[in-house]
Amino acid sequence: MKFKKSNSELLEPDLTPMIDMTFNLIAFFMFTINFADAERIEQIMLPKSSLAKPPEGIAEYQVILNLDQDGSVWLDGQRIEKIELINPLLVREVRAAEREGIAPSRISVIVRAHEDTQSGKVQKLIQQCQQNELEKFLLRVKEDR
Amino acid sequence: MKLGRRRKSEDLKINMTAMIDIVFQLLIFFILTFKVAALEGDFEVKMPLASTNPSSMDEVLPTVIHVGLTAGVNRDIASIEIDDGTQALTFTQSDMFQQLTGFVESVVAREGDPSMASEVEVEFDIADELRYRFTVKAIEAVSGRVLPDGTVKKLVNKIKFTQPQE
Repeated sequence: MKFKKSNSELLEPDLTPMIDMTFNLIAFFMFTINFADAERIEQIMLPKSSLAKPPEGIAEYQVILNLDQDGSVWLDGQRIEKIELINPLLVREVRAAEREGIAPSRISVIVRAHEDTQSGKVQKLIQQCQQNELEKFLLRVKEDR
Repeated sequence: MKLGRRRKSEDLKINMTAMIDIVFQLLIFFILTFKVAALEGDFEVKMPLASTNPSSMDEVLPTVIHVGLTAGVNRDIASIEIDDGTQALTFTQSDMFQQLTGFVESVVAREGDPSMASEVEVEFDIADELRYRFTVKAIEAVSGRVLPDGTVKKLVNKIKFTQPQE
């Protein structure tokens, strides 16, 4: 019996629209990826506020301090159990900023504290920063609109 | 005249399989790492360590409102104590934060235009064990008020804390 030979060229689908769409999706995700998220510690629930100002651009030099519910501080992915022990890390940050010609008073310290943490611990953390001549603090909250 | 042989169109085909594989892997990576982050905002607090230099005689001293936050059952807020030098009040009702805003608003109105007169400053004395959310609520209460039309009326932007109790 003789079978008709199929034409293989007819089976090739046109991939152009699919590739176009895929590249569009990749471009979208690449532009929306936020590397600053790396500084956020997920278990910290920020207090809510409707009056807080959204961050205006990127600060000259910023130090992000995460304070969790039990009073541990996270800085650069490092967990410090007691607030008193954070001093060497703050000194390192201040020196790094000074090498870039930025005075400690111009460094923005972003405090991301859990809503149920003790207020005294937040004050203690701020006090540690003040001892290193840091004076510009941004208390970060979740926008509630 | 005959100009060379006609080119075969099949020779121009590029094998796209490898590229499509990589592109899909990238797409899957981005989809899996995509996170819709909640919007965040800041309260700016400028707090240098207390200066040792005596202030000059010409300098206009700001009006300081002392605000004390006390903690009660379950580390929730129990009362707000206010003292601006002329009167001292204590708020204990559930609308204490609105009362605080009202008080600060009256002091700011009394002092006139902050850019012309001495500025108003708020100093917080907070109970150590108080939940941080109440501290933020108090900072919000002195920072401004949302008007019925949705705009924000700014009140005080100079905020400081007293030294924490041990």
